[in-house]
Amino acid sequence: MSSNNESIDRKRRSFLGKAGAAVATTVVAPGVVLHAAAPRSPEQPVTDAVRWGMLIDANKCASGCSDCVQACEEENGLNLVQMPEGADPEEWARQRPRWIRQIQLQDNLTGQVTTLPMMCQHCEEPPCADVCPTGASFRRADGIVMVDRHICIGCRYCMMACPYKARSFIHEEVEEKPTHTPRGKGCVESCNFCVHRLDNGRTTTACQDACRHQAIVFGDLKDKNSPVAKALESVKSRQIRADLQLNTGVRYSGV
Amino acid sequence: MKKIHFREWTVPSPRYWGVFAVLAAIVGVGLISALYMEHEGHWVTGMNNQIVWGMPHVFAVFLIVAASGALNVATIGTVFGKKPYKPLGRLSGLLAIALLAGGLMVLVLDLGRADRLMVAMTTYNFKSIFAWNIILYNGFFVIVAAYLYTMMEPKAKKYYFSVGVLGGIWRLILTTGTGSIFGFLVARMAYDTAILAPLFIVMSFAFGLAIFLLFLFFAFDQDGREIGGKLLFRLKNTLGVFVAGVALLLLIYHLTKLYGTKYHGVEAFILRDGGVYTVLFWVGQVVVGLLLPIAIIIHPTLSRSKGWIAGASAMVVLGGLAAMYVIIIGGQAYPIEMFPGKTVIASGFFDGVHGQPNYYAPSLPEILLGIGGFALAILATTIGVRMLKFLPADLSDEALDPHAGLKTGN
Repeated sequence: MSSNNESIDRKRRSFLGKAGAAVATTVVAPGVVLHAAAPRSPEQPVTDAVRWGMLIDANKCASGCSDCVQACEEENGLNLVQMPEGADPEEWARQRPRWIRQIQLQDNLTGQVTTLPMMCQHCEEPPCADVCPTGASFRRADGIVMVDRHICIGCRYCMMACPYKARSFIHEEVEEKPTHTPRGKGCVESCNFCVHRLDNGRTTTACQDACRHQAIVFGDLKDKNSPVAKALESVKSRQIRADLQLNTGVRYSGV
Repeated sequence: MKKIHFREWTVPSPRYWGVFAVLAAIVGVGLISALYMEHEGHWVTGMNNQIVWGMPHVFAVFLIVAASGALNVATIGTVFGKKPYKPLGRLSGLLAIALLAGGLMVLVLDLGRADRLMVAMTTYNFKSIFAWNIILYNGFFVIVAAYLYTMMEPKAKKYYFSVGVLGGIWRLILTTGTGSIFGFLVARMAYDTAILAPLFIVMSFAFGLAIFLLFLFFAFDQDGREIGGKLLFRLKNTLGVFVAGVALLLLIYHLTKLYGTKYHGVEAFILRDGGVYTVLFWVGQVVVGLLLPIAIIIHPTLSRSKGWIAGASAMVVLGGLAAMYVIIIGGQAYPIEMFPGKTVIASGFFDGVHGQPNYYAPSLPEILLGIGGFALAILATTIGVRMLKFLPADLSDEALDPHAGLKTGN
């Protein structure tokens, strides 16, 4: 009986506490809290218990295929970025944003050709975040490297510092954009592992879903049972520009 | 032993307002260009996702580097006690502040979100050398303003030496910071070396003194003041030493890069195969910026002429701009080597396919903004010397005997 009472009291207390917090946040700082709280529920904060990562098997990546690139463009609204009127198409190709691209390499000695997708490598020690004067470039606890578009001043120092040329500057006014990927003229952006998906409980990225050849495996690097951790255990993989010791979240095999 | 007097710039009003109007118009055009780029977005510039820093950075970094160098003349007088330099201290400080203001104007107006300047001033990531630079620039303004006050206000004279030393140290740190913006970039082959910091310091000495001399000669010529042969001899020799210093550090920079095999690609690009960058390096940076000025300065007869010294100074400035273009844009034009031992044969986003350099062609608004920053620096200096007593009334040998133990003051 008494334990029941205690349980009820606890519930009541918890209810009152939550109600009080709700009233306070509505009155004191609605903008701040709504903003921070929107993508994920407060019960599930981002922690370093998870590290999102990816293994790309270049042996499976097919030359001429651009499914991952197309999927990324659609998922993140990059296909909605229109060429400004009067722009030179050739110059525009260099100025338009891209989060993922396909690269084909040839070994100088053996002549062997390799195809792979390249994007933000989500470094554990990201040079872009190191150099960012305002801290707009940052690494989340779960390993995702992102840009806080509220404090990015558009200095482009992160683009100078990125060893993978993974970042794009928005050179033009953008009329249409997805709500989950806000985009504004004058800020820098790059692949964020489809963070809006992960924050809403999904566990895959658009590029991974689109890859017909199963060349991309994504998941939690810290979970030994995740497909990516298992794949990394079974195949030889490497980091691009491993000499920089950035401990990248994206690994490659067959390169 | 004579006391040095200072006097406002006394050119006739029409000439002063003429200079004012021309410079203000150039600043205005620069500001309109910035507004245009800001309004349209950076797609109207030559910059892109490969060359992210363009012409505005060439001018901005040049002016910021020159600003700290311009203060050098005052530092030599204060810290090293070189008396002939003391009368030049006020102009040195004024020009330093003005050049920094011009450079920062260009830098800030080229930001993607220039409207968020307040964010940059209030939100710091202290691991970023860029954030440190913001503090160093602001500190420079305050310290040099205080330094000028100790030069011009007799009551503050007791602080003259200590503030002067602080200014001298601060300016060295500032240029170290500016050079390190590039030196700390481990990702790019042309940077990633600590020698960029001392290279930038010695470049600042040369560029700052060259601009200082050009302004001094112009201002003195216009209202008929005299500069003595002995002072001229000292100043041109100092310029010569600084330019030779630049040559030495530039040589060490390239020898260091040439020694390590992994940098052979970028060295071949800058020194041999880089097209416009190679031409700007050899003709602009080396011949015009270093060799010709040194030749003039050591020439037995040419070096006695103020006109030739002005010419050498102008060459140092032009060579300096070429150097900035090669370092900043050339450094980005060389594609990042992500896959050593492999050649990129196809890319969806310009990854230097078959070694192709990244493309950049400066646009007119970028150049106009850069020139606008230059004009702002000269305009501010012109207004300063007109309104207040920054210029010594007389720098002739009789007025300025280095061995006579000069006193400075009003």
